[in-house]
Amino acid sequence: MHVEVLYFGVLKDVLRRERERIELAGPVSVEALLGRIRETERGNDSLWESLAVAINGVYAGRGDLVRDGDEVALLPPVSGGLGWAA
Amino acid sequence: MRVEFYQSAIPSDELLDGIKAGPDGAVVLFDGIVRDNTRGRKTLYLVYEAYEAMALEQMRGLAAEAVERFGVRDVALAHRLGRLEIGETSVLIAVASAHRGAAFEACRWIIDTLKKTVPIWKKEHFVDGAVWADGEPFPATIVPVAAPVTPR
Repeated sequence: MHVEVLYFGVLKDVLRRERERIELAGPVSVEALLGRIRETERGNDSLWESLAVAINGVYAGRGDLVRDGDEVALLPPVSGGLGWAA
Repeated sequence: MRVEFYQSAIPSDELLDGIKAGPDGAVVLFDGIVRDNTRGRKTLYLVYEAYEAMALEQMRGLAAEAVERFGVRDVALAHRLGRLEIGETSVLIAVASAHRGAAFEACRWIIDTLKKTVPIWKKEHFVDGAVWADGEPFPATIVPVAAPVTPR
């Protein structure tokens, strides 16, 4: 099976890509997929721990399963709207 | 409920005029604009990007939830994407209601929630480089807080 993984914001710069197709032997948890992507990549712990993950456009938990054909988006903390937190 | 992304200027007047209806006693308008500095560092321009399909669904959900929670009549929500110059509108929220109190509350709730939950990011361009803005941490309902490491 395969999943399509999308990267946004600062992650695009860290990983130097916007998306990729990842082959998997079978359904895996979000946590396991994150671990696999992170193995070969740079980026500090706080970035990886702060990420939200969406499966097919819906926020998912770390234990949720990723299945064949899913679109999985890795989302850094968002900053839409207006200026900084202040 | 009108909820949209714009690649060019948000038509603020049109959105404001379009939302008014007979039963309304107030329209509260929030116009978020691009500031010329970040903590004193001079900003040249911003670039906004979104996970568009999901962000649009999330914004529609916020508009609908605001109507439900605060009892306002209608909400219009527009967000800009791409490059924005200083002073341009990045986000526009209009809330129409019979009474002003509910409209103020709903408008504030929408912008505060949008900032934390809708997948939109901005990159700030300065004279000497560019950085992705630090977002606020996601609410615990979206990303559970990691368990603190117990010191031995």
